[in-house]
Amino acid sequence: MEYLGLYNYWIAVVLLMTGFYAVVAKRNMVKKLIGLSLFQAAVFLMYITMGKVDGGTAPIYTAAGGEQIFSNPLPQVLILTAIVVGISTTALGLAIVVRTKEEYGTIEEDEIQQIDEHTSGGQQ
Amino acid sequence: MSAVFGIFLLTLMLITAIAVVRTRNLFVATTLMGIFSLLLASNFFLLDAADVALTEAAVGAGISTVLFLSALSLTAEQEKPGHRGRLVALAVVLVTTLALLHATLDSPLLGDINAPVHQHVAPWYIDNTPLAIDVPNVVTAVLASFRGFDTLGEVFVVFTAGIGVMFLLAHYPQKPPHQPHHGLRHYLIQRLVGRTVIPFILLFGFYVQFHGDFGPGGGFQAGTLIAAGIILFALLEGPNSAIKVIPSGVLKGMVAGGALLYGGVGVATMLLGGTFLDYSVLSSDPVAGQHLGILLIELGVGITVTGVLLSIFFAFASRKHF
Repeated sequence: MEYLGLYNYWIAVVLLMTGFYAVVAKRNMVKKLIGLSLFQAAVFLMYITMGKVDGGTAPIYTAAGGEQIFSNPLPQVLILTAIVVGISTTALGLAIVVRTKEEYGTIEEDEIQQIDEHTSGGQQ
Repeated sequence: MSAVFGIFLLTLMLITAIAVVRTRNLFVATTLMGIFSLLLASNFFLLDAADVALTEAAVGAGISTVLFLSALSLTAEQEKPGHRGRLVALAVVLVTTLALLHATLDSPLLGDINAPVHQHVAPWYIDNTPLAIDVPNVVTAVLASFRGFDTLGEVFVVFTAGIGVMFLLAHYPQKPPHQPHHGLRHYLIQRLVGRTVIPFILLFGFYVQFHGDFGPGGGFQAGTLIAAGIILFALLEGPNSAIKVIPSGVLKGMVAGGALLYGGVGVATMLLGGTFLDYSVLSSDPVAGQHLGILLIELGVGITVTGVLLSIFFAFASRKHF
């Protein structure tokens, strides 16, 4: 029963590796970016899990005052900004994918490689 | 009770993630990612991270889904079958998973107050926020004041990513100018519901922006919410009508202006004799100075985040109709 306290970490690990699998094994570039988003989400989950304190609340002082237990605000600050930075970098990745599609006509990695080999072979 | 609920949500997340990776239809994968983000946001809420939950819900379930869909409409909806080196990848992933799972056995349990992470600077932040800054929301205090320099860096990363997308999608190689696009104008229900909801989304965005000192909220959350509201408008009425509401010149000004406002506050504090981003010198009363500084830099963050997210959306949307 004690190990149930580690469940959040286990899920974070499996999510991390699910995302990683999509990044290395999938050849579709959009799918790779989706995998990267999963990877990111797993890291977010791990940080926020670390910050939780038993019996705590969100770290906001209320008018009632008195003794309050707060969860750790620091991981929350780090992840809050990381989410917005994450969507911006994902958008940059998507823009590169769109440009790739326009230049190569495909977003499958192996097909792009074939086209590259074909054109460089023609020049030699 | 909340522990059981948490485990339930986490398990659902895992199932969704595996479905996302397995499906060949990228449209389905994107939709499932939206559900995944919503589950993640609920989980953050259970873990006392109200600010993070708000951001994840707006970004993950809202803006990220729209961006992926607009990218899909420009590329391909279906992933091609067949993969090489799948077994090697599976083996690597399995071994790494087992190693990481083994490593978690030494981690402190969920909610353990004696965990190392709670012994470092965090108690200092919690204890000193009422004294030095006097805003109720500790997350805002840490984000905007104690670690303001970090946040400045994050804003510039967002800014840079926005510039990058604009550069990449700025010129049109061979495509003829696209035909005008009218969004969902002919779908009565969507249009009616959407138009009713948009003012409230925007109002909530402004509330989150200016109430961020007192409750969950701040520039990052407000920026994503306002951007989501305007993107919804663009989806309903077509991007061209939305560009009329916010011309691209204004957007570019917002992208640069917010970051400049943030940096400018830092320079102003230096000119007034303090260190970079030390807001105490902004007013004769140090605590009032902190309040003013936080208000200004949160405004800068909100403006840049809104500007960048909208510019990114318009860059994708004006490439081809979807």
